[in-house]
Amino acid sequence: MRQHWLTFALTLARLAGNPIATLLNVAVIGVALALPLGGYMLLQNMGGVTRQATGDPQVSLFLAPDTSKAEIAALETKLKRIPGVRAVRFISREQALAGLKRSENMAEVIAALPSNPLPDAFVIDAGSSAAELEKLESELKALPKVDHVQTDSAWVKRLETLVALGRTAVLILATLLAFGLVAVTFNTIRLQILTQKDEIEVSKLIGATDAFIRRPFFYLGLIQGTLGALAALAIVYVCMHILNQRILELAQLYGSDFRLAFFGVPDCLALLAFAATLGWLGAYTSVSRHLADIEPR
Amino acid sequence: MISFSQVRKSYRGGYEALAELSFGIEEGELVFITGRSGAGKSTLLKLIPAIERPTSGTVLVNGQNIGSMRRPAIPYLRRNLGLIFQDQKLLYDRSVFDNVMLPLAFTGQTHKEAARRARAALDKVGLLAREKANPVTLSGGEQQRLCIARAVVNRPSILLADEPTASLDSASAAEVMEMFRSFNQVGVTVLIATHDEALIERFNPRVLTLRQGRLDA
Repeated sequence: MRQHWLTFALTLARLAGNPIATLLNVAVIGVALALPLGGYMLLQNMGGVTRQATGDPQVSLFLAPDTSKAEIAALETKLKRIPGVRAVRFISREQALAGLKRSENMAEVIAALPSNPLPDAFVIDAGSSAAELEKLESELKALPKVDHVQTDSAWVKRLETLVALGRTAVLILATLLAFGLVAVTFNTIRLQILTQKDEIEVSKLIGATDAFIRRPFFYLGLIQGTLGALAALAIVYVCMHILNQRILELAQLYGSDFRLAFFGVPDCLALLAFAATLGWLGAYTSVSRHLADIEPR
Repeated sequence: MISFSQVRKSYRGGYEALAELSFGIEEGELVFITGRSGAGKSTLLKLIPAIERPTSGTVLVNGQNIGSMRRPAIPYLRRNLGLIFQDQKLLYDRSVFDNVMLPLAFTGQTHKEAARRARAALDKVGLLAREKANPVTLSGGEQQRLCIARAVVNRPSILLADEPTASLDSASAAEVMEMFRSFNQVGVTVLIATHDEALIERFNPRVLTLRQGRLDA
């Protein structure tokens, strides 16, 4: 255990002793990881928006003009029994007209009308997914006295598909750049092994075990991966702040206080662990490949 | 302590470095191996720490068969040997002291104990005053003494030296040889490969002469 700490400290000292090379390596890994990480952050925020928007998708049910009060009451009880319907609200044609009159531009138009053209309507809060909504829609259409059914399902579906597309893109990007991280570590370790060729050769000759010789390189990969992930988090954090200034202006125009939110602590820790593992993997493949080449003669 | 029986070592391409070599070395002996360049002196020395493996025949070191030794066991064999290489293999990116510390890095004693042993070894070869210097700044004789310090810091029971005086003037060579003799006097088995006839005459030790990979009686 003491030897592990010594090696760890030695590796850190070595990294600090060569600051420019270390910084460049960390920057390469940082930028590579920042791309999918930034995409992931945008997606998370967008996911939040869709959840908010689709929290209770609504279905509007417009009734035929000749529907009687008794028929409306019967329909209401029937609606409440349909699975997937969470709440039912009746809006009479008079209420609808009064609502329209309140909106500025419509008042004049409505005043010019000879009679109320609006139908009676039900507004239904329904289950969340697009598939559920579609099933509900066909069920509602079959009810008596229902003239027209209008759902949000089309745009909910579009948004869902869009988020899924983004998620796939980020996943592909992350996979590619994970390979990149392994490759960068592989190469760094290869160069480090070449630099320390003499030391490795002498160590082997005077009785160092393979495990002892390998250990510092594993640590190097691990530390470099972790530092790279920290750099990526910093890059994404700074970019988020820059974007948020613009987003705030835009959101104010829509009367919203939306802004991008950063990752939570568990997400950050997961990223650090992921990058450390990849760094270790790069070091492992490099060491297995290159250390055997240095055999004393 | 060391025994060769019917040892043959040939390299790819058919070159035969050693042929039918048999001899034994007892504990505490001081033995010179001589012969012209290419006679097989270096190959012989490389067989003992398993840097090379015999093509056929048996090499025994402390009762362990080198030919059949598994790779993971080799480091532990080497820790019991003190090796002085023809090309020295000093590390010029660190101080004299750190060069001697290298073999102590993986033997598990505390840093304090390791430093004490490294200084004792440097003191024995007369380099304690230069511990902070870079090996590059040492003279040829001093560099060779540093190699000896690194070889003996782990207190090996066998010391192997390949041409330790090849690049030294006669005074430095005599100094280095005296050191080997003093280690031998405290019980260390010493094997030295050399073609320095003058040295052999002065010490009058047991001599194994190689000619084309065979012992020349």
